[in-house]
Amino acid sequence: MRGICKRFPGVKALDEVCFDLRRGEVHALLGENGAGKSTLMRVLSGACTRDAGEILLDGQPVSLQSPRDAQALGISTIYQEFNLVPQLSAAENIFLGREPLRFAGIVNRRRLRDEAARLLESLGTTIDPSARVKDLSVAEQQMVEVAKALSLDARILIMDEPSSALTESEIDQLFAAIGRLTSRGVSVIYISHRMEELSRVGHRATVMRDGRHIATLPLPAPIPELVRLMVDRDVADHFPTPSRARGTELLRVEHVSRGPRLRDVSVTLYRGEILGVAGLLGAGRTELARVIAGADIPEQGRILLDGQPVRLRAPSDAIRAGIGLVPEDRKRHGIVPSQSVAANFALPQLPRLSRVGVISKRREQNLAARWIADLRIKTPTPATRVLTLSGGNQQKVVLGKWLAAGADVLIVDEPTRGIDVAAKMEIYQLLDRLAADGAAILMISSDLPEILGMSDRVLVMHQGRVQALYERHEATQARVLHAALGLAS
Amino acid sequence: MPRRFVASGRRLGTLAGLFALSVLLWALTPHFLTVSNLLNVFEQTAINAIIAAGMTFVIISGGIDLSVGSLVALAGVALAAALQSGAPIPLAIAAGLGVGFGFGVLNGLAITWGRLPPFIATLGMMSVARGCALLFTEGRPISGFDPGFRALATSRLLGIPAPVVATAVVYLIARFVLSETRFGRYVYSIGGNEEATRLSGVTVWLHKTLVYGVSGLASAIAAVLLTARLNSAQPIAGIMYELDAIAATVIGGTSLMGGEGGLGGTIIGALIMGVLRNGLNLLGVSSFIQQIVIGLVIVFAVLIDTTLKARKT
Repeated sequence: MRGICKRFPGVKALDEVCFDLRRGEVHALLGENGAGKSTLMRVLSGACTRDAGEILLDGQPVSLQSPRDAQALGISTIYQEFNLVPQLSAAENIFLGREPLRFAGIVNRRRLRDEAARLLESLGTTIDPSARVKDLSVAEQQMVEVAKALSLDARILIMDEPSSALTESEIDQLFAAIGRLTSRGVSVIYISHRMEELSRVGHRATVMRDGRHIATLPLPAPIPELVRLMVDRDVADHFPTPSRARGTELLRVEHVSRGPRLRDVSVTLYRGEILGVAGLLGAGRTELARVIAGADIPEQGRILLDGQPVRLRAPSDAIRAGIGLVPEDRKRHGIVPSQSVAANFALPQLPRLSRVGVISKRREQNLAARWIADLRIKTPTPATRVLTLSGGNQQKVVLGKWLAAGADVLIVDEPTRGIDVAAKMEIYQLLDRLAADGAAILMISSDLPEILGMSDRVLVMHQGRVQALYERHEATQARVLHAALGLAS
Repeated sequence: MPRRFVASGRRLGTLAGLFALSVLLWALTPHFLTVSNLLNVFEQTAINAIIAAGMTFVIISGGIDLSVGSLVALAGVALAAALQSGAPIPLAIAAGLGVGFGFGVLNGLAITWGRLPPFIATLGMMSVARGCALLFTEGRPISGFDPGFRALATSRLLGIPAPVVATAVVYLIARFVLSETRFGRYVYSIGGNEEATRLSGVTVWLHKTLVYGVSGLASAIAAVLLTARLNSAQPIAGIMYELDAIAATVIGGTSLMGGEGGLGGTIIGALIMGVLRNGLNLLGVSSFIQQIVIGLVIVFAVLIDTTLKARKT
């Protein structure tokens, strides 16, 4: 791949990226969340098209406009979320859409099973081809995916975080299978956050950062060197300088557990501070946010507000207690897209805006007009549907809804994801102003500079637990990333 | 502004359709445009229009109610039994309305607490309510009521048939609830994005349950008019009414995906169906062909809607 560029509205996701893959090698791809790894792989697998650059296969330029093109060229991707039909058998999944047929479209079951068995055996597994996929373990399902890729004559196999849900012994089996593939000349692109294992399986590693190719080096390589390459960049100075004093304790989470993603978490949040929460995807950050916001009920532990235990059994309890959540997935959890800007603002505070159940349209309009002006939301009128606004302005509506409700505790989950730089600045200034006014803000973010630039303290989560807590002056990119990767600091 | 624009634009289209249909029928049969026939159309439309008003709440909230026809029968039977046992008219009506609302709430609880899909919960209720009505009456109609009660269907107010007046009152109240009250706003936002609404602190299950209560109540109001008009409550009344009500709502532009639509469209949708039936009757078209025509109108109305929406995005 040469000089690949990809722009999304407001962001340059890939900037002149070059990447080469040799026959029969395992090439590890590293980078933080948002470094451009996934986008690069999506370009290679035909899931999205490139704006510039060329892709050469065996020295010949190829067009790659769709996943079908990629498949025809022998490029297969195994995503973290498998593309399998759970109710069908392993064999049926491997040949889905390409079943061996007898005359008149009748599936040749014997050949289907025999060929599937042959493929699975060649990977060194003992999976019964007629077992239903839903009865298989995660590791076995992964092998079914690999077998499916092989049945498509894959020459390049892209694996996105293949080891994240596997046990140690299953990882050994996975690596053994990868070894068999490469000895047959199949090349593997291996995306992972697990530094230790890269040197075991990979031949070379490419590090990406901010949509750019940073370095390609042979493996094994020292882990600190890789981490340095991943984070080494200037912390942008576009963050407001914090000029606030930490106040008294407002919210305390004590030994809260819920499912596998939240295990014995304790956090204290003070008035007038922004507490940044860092961690990899799936580290339990969003789960923590949802428990504090009353969206999920913890199985163990308790939450105290101003030193008093509170029972948060539904979002309405949390809102009454002055806790607002700006969710990670704005479209699914934040806005009601078909409703007007004014109606979205009003949603949590309708009881306050209405008398005997009848909404005062005048008060609703006044509220919306005030916050639209205050937050400089670009909307033609308060009656405009939220879905027509830009991402940044939608996010301001979600934030503003909680400001209007007078929340003391504001939980913002990925507050600037997918919005343009100018709107980002405005949201940073807004959060800063709120904290200065005495609100307590819990800011979850996968953007390390954002975490470091905005937070008074940084909490790092790893696999559902609190891995580390740093004061602002202690927090460095390398430290935070080390903790997020689960490495001892 | 655009939202109102889109909504009223869509409604204008439906209204134009109704107008065009009326002109066509007037050209084909002069008898169509007489005062007595038009009042007749309105009267015939009243029952479907009232059920469709409740259905509009349900569909805006993102659900569906298949039990309305059976609830018409059950509420009618309850009302008739109360009348026959000598209860005063207002009390008997209250009993009928209570049964409709109560069974509607049961639908709602099955959906919210029981986490059943609305389609399944109300499909079950469709059979259960029908069975209750048949069991209670041993399958026989309850007939013969006091003229005071029958007046609900037969009397006129300033020359306008009582059922038409009742429909107007129902729509005025329902419109007020849907567009001016908190409950109405929640119906829209639950249909638009249930999870965002819940995270905004709204007790979603309660409002969703009430929506089905409203639908049951609307069915019961229709049952009062139907029982008065026929001077009889039939346990087999209201079969297929759910389809007419859904059709009127959808022709009126309420989205089956929830979150969008309104009662103005629904009343026009109900009138289109009423006018079509009446016109085809006047033209002597067989009832078999009528079914085909009405089915095609429903499909085309929705087809036009989805095509327009697809073009916009």
